Amino acid sequence: MALGLCNFNKTGTNNNANKDALSNNYADLHEPLSFLQAKAEADRCLYCYDAPCITACPTSIDVPTFIHQIRSTNLTGSAKTILSQNIMGGTCSRACPTEILCEQACVLNVSEEQPVEIGLLQRFAVDSLFEKQAASQLEHPFKRAKLKEKRIAVIGAGPAGLACAHRASMLGYDVTVFEAKNKAGGLNEYGLAAYKMVDDFAQKEIEFLLQIGGIHIETGQKLGENLSLKSLCDDFDAVFTSVGLGLSNQLGINGEDDDRVIDAIEFIEAIRQSDDLSSLSVGNNVIVIGAGNTAIDAAIQSKRLGADNVTVVYRRGEESMSATQWEIDLARKNGVNFRFYSAPKSFENIQTHNSNTDTYTKTASLECDYMQLDDDGKLTTTGESYKLPTDMVLKAIGQKFDKSPFTELNIENGKLVVSNYQTSMKGLFAGGDCIASGSDLTVQAVEDGKQAAHAIDQYLSKNQYLSKNQYLSKNSNLSNLSEEK
Amino acid sequence: MANLNCKVAGIESINPFWLASAPPTDKYINVVRAFEAGWAGVVWKTLGEDPPVINMASRYGVHKNGNQHIVGINNIELISDRPLQINLDEIRRVRKEWPDRVIIGSMMAVIEEKAWKELAIAIAETGVQGLELNLGCPHGMCERGMGSAIGQVPEMVEKVTRWVKEVVDIPVFTKLTPNITNILWSAEAAQQGGADAVSLINTVNSIVSVDLDQMAPTPVVDGKGTHGGYCGTAVKPIALNMVAEISRNQPTKDLQISAIGGIETWRDAAEFIALGADGLQVCTAAMLYGFRIVDDMIAGLSDWMDEKGYASIDDFRGMAVGNTVDWNELNINYDTKAFIDPESCIECGRCHIACEDTSHQAIKFDVSKEGKRTFTVIDDECVGCNLCAHICPVPDCIEMRPVDNGLPHMTWPEHPLNPMNEQ
Ligand SMILES: Cc1cc2nc3c(=O)[nH]c(=O)nc-3n(C[C@H](O)[C@H](O)[C@H](O)COP(=O)(O)OP(=O)(O)OC[C@H]3O[C@@H](n4cnc5c(N)ncnc54)[C@H](O)[C@@H]3O)c2cc1C
Ligand SMILES: Cc1cc2nc3c(=O)[nH]c(=O)nc-3n(C[C@H](O)[C@H](O)[C@H](O)COP(=O)(O)O)c2cc1C
Ligand code: SF4
Ligand code: SF4
Ligand code: SF4
Repeated sequence: MALGLCNFNKTGTNNNANKDALSNNYADLHEPLSFLQAKAEADRCLYCYDAPCITACPTSIDVPTFIHQIRSTNLTGSAKTILSQNIMGGTCSRACPTEILCEQACVLNVSEEQPVEIGLLQRFAVDSLFEKQAASQLEHPFKRAKLKEKRIAVIGAGPAGLACAHRASMLGYDVTVFEAKNKAGGLNEYGLAAYKMVDDFAQKEIEFLLQIGGIHIETGQKLGENLSLKSLCDDFDAVFTSVGLGLSNQLGINGEDDDRVIDAIEFIEAIRQSDDLSSLSVGNNVIVIGAGNTAIDAAIQSKRLGADNVTVVYRRGEESMSATQWEIDLARKNGVNFRFYSAPKSFENIQTHNSNTDTYTKTASLECDYMQLDDDGKLTTTGESYKLPTDMVLKAIGQKFDKSPFTELNIENGKLVVSNYQTSMKGLFAGGDCIASGSDLTVQAVEDGKQAAHAIDQYLSKNQYLSKNQYLSKNSNLSNLSEEK
Repeated sequence: MANLNCKVAGIESINPFWLASAPPTDKYINVVRAFEAGWAGVVWKTLGEDPPVINMASRYGVHKNGNQHIVGINNIELISDRPLQINLDEIRRVRKEWPDRVIIGSMMAVIEEKAWKELAIAIAETGVQGLELNLGCPHGMCERGMGSAIGQVPEMVEKVTRWVKEVVDIPVFTKLTPNITNILWSAEAAQQGGADAVSLINTVNSIVSVDLDQMAPTPVVDGKGTHGGYCGTAVKPIALNMVAEISRNQPTKDLQISAIGGIETWRDAAEFIALGADGLQVCTAAMLYGFRIVDDMIAGLSDWMDEKGYASIDDFRGMAVGNTVDWNELNINYDTKAFIDPESCIECGRCHIACEDTSHQAIKFDVSKEGKRTFTVIDDECVGCNLCAHICPVPDCIEMRPVDNGLPHMTWPEHPLNPMNEQ
């Protein structure tokens, strides 16, 4: 893996920063809350009725209840409240951009200009359940319903796939998850910034999730290579695909094939998988191309790995960046520079000859066009350009869905079309980043997986009508009322 | 998940949580919402003879802590202000729609046999599983010779309980007022009268605050206020004690108890059960947070029972009763000293000033050259009162360590310095 990076080792500057400093740079971005901090923060929560923070959470976690449970020191109950809506509440509490989700909706923004730290409280509650489990073999908090003797295949063990597997298992199905890589977790394992997911949390969470039973993960199984949609659809009662976005967009500029021009994703993955950060190399003059959170993550991580200069280059202005303001500010705090209205045009190698020593030095530069918005708001080049010296370019201009194994399916705007998670192929469901509504958020992927499991359950139980007794007990209000008349 | 089923005075209940007779149980819509939320039972808002009473505006005063959380409510509301027949029809309807839930009819009347008997029969005919006799309301109704006016006189408690027992064959709960000298007198009177259970406590007579602009007690009604009934977490300690007294009193130890007073969390619930409560009733917590508060009462109690290995409520019911004794039975030779953990001390100094000003000058305060503040207990001065340990904002930072003083277990009646022992 991370071929670009390995190649880069040969030409780049070796990373001299000492190991301790590096691991410090990659320590938890947000210090977890202590018990007292959590209690004090929980006390700030007003326990709103029909709270706006619940609505703002894509998985609809009952925030006031879980915070109330921290206050009542029912920490296990608090974690259950969270996990019952979002089985990856642990990862989400670390990775969610809370500033645009739950915390943005908190009513205390108005009264105190400071929301309740919902993300940190959520992490506190889930972590304390995990700690309790590690210490005392506390049972998994969820039980499986009566087994339905039906099997579901899940393709891709990212957050969407795993959330679907867990919920499907709860609903009584047996699930096999097929994963192309040799570790499960998807971008939780390979993509989220290292300082958000310290201590191998992604794998710990998967271990927890699998405690429910009935889920079997097969790694090294790639759809389109050693797996086919057809055989899965034949072998299983339903199939859920959650393969994410497997391909990186390309710039299409001269010099892009140089081994110093790397996909940001590969760079981030190498950092996530490294046991020894000091063995990784990073350039002195790193340029990151892009405007999303991936660009920001790659820029900050380069800086923390020891790069002298890190510049984010983006063809539009700051206001058009898809990264959240909080992330952009974080990058600035980390010393990252921004060049806006700059469109990369070509990557050039430069050899300079030192006549004193008669040696050649290899440097490189990225040439960018100065851009502008014309009167119609269209982005155009000004015709002027400039060159930035660089020895490492990270491309973060987006991921795209790899359609190749799904040619028979309806695809729109490069993603799978679904209706209530059902694709155009009977029995094949999809969710997460690979569907049209995918919003590039872990928490949305989890919600997709959970809801898809229910959609699959509906689909598989479609032909079983409720017995009369079941119907009556479900509608006891009605039946009693009518009896009275 | 632990089994939370329980039986109160022979009535099966899917969990111990009932709503107490009050606004939350005032009418059909509230009660149905409560059942939907998971409450196992309700004691319907107290019914009286027609014509219905008329209520005041406003009705509540509150007592808040520093975090703006309400610790107690005081109310001047009377009993149901709707016609009797409407209430009876609604009770009948909910009983039909929610057969697995409990409805207890609460009632009060003037001290006349006919009034009690007729009302009891009318309510019992709706199909309620039991009746509760409201002998506790400490405001308004008592001025008309009802509520606590009856509950404060043991002979009357016994009498009305007997009257009702004579005409109904369902369990009768006598609801006691805490506004008395000794709860055992009224509990025993209820038992004499044939009560199947006692419910306690009703509200505590109180003035919750004074409006310093209007110079009148709150709630202020057109410039004047009156004393009302206090309830909510603030009254829990009073209720716990009264429940314990009944549980450990020989004649009443088998009397069924429906415990009420300040129950807001699962922990409160567990404590009442440990002191012998058979079922629980809640009013204020629901009024402050809505019926959803029961979610965590159920979840928390069950989680805690799972952790402790209690499979059912009966597994721990009354477990603290045997350990609740008279002061005279405590070991007077048992000694403890405060110990401050310097690692966890945040140097706030609260323990020092409390001990220095109001206790035994036993916590030494030093400041090092570098400005580090240290707090150290002087063992010879510390009497083990534990005030500092309660005040310290850091849990477990001040520990009360037992001291081995070599002295035998001894109670005050056995003590040589007890003047009674000289005779
Ligand atoms: C660098 C980066 C940083 C991010 N940071 C954040 C963040 O901080 N917060 C946030 O909320 N979101 C973040 N996101 C977005 C978030 O990670 C995704 O939205 C989320 O992971 C999508 O989940 P998924 O399950 O749909 O796909 P993925 O997580 O991509 O998982 C897909 C899985 O399918 C497997 N797979 C792919 N193809 C096949 C195949 N053919 N056969 C079998 N298996 C296959 C993959 O190996 C992978 O395990 C980030 C994304 C990136 C790229
Ligand atoms: C507004 C209000 C009205 C009440 N009305 C009645 C009543 O009609 N009958 C009754 O038996 N108790 C009544 N009570 C007392 C409650 O049933 C209960 O005993 C008391 O509030 C203590 O419980 P708590 O601390 O959970 O609130 C009332 C309490 C309040 C706050
Ligand atoms: S909005 Fe804020 S204060 Fe209200 S419940 Fe949510 S976290 Fe608590
Ligand atoms: S709660 Fe408020 S709005 Fe409702 S009846 Fe009482 S005073 Fe009126
Ligand atoms: S009260 Fe506790 S934290 Fe404060 S000074 Fe005393 S020991 Fe330290």
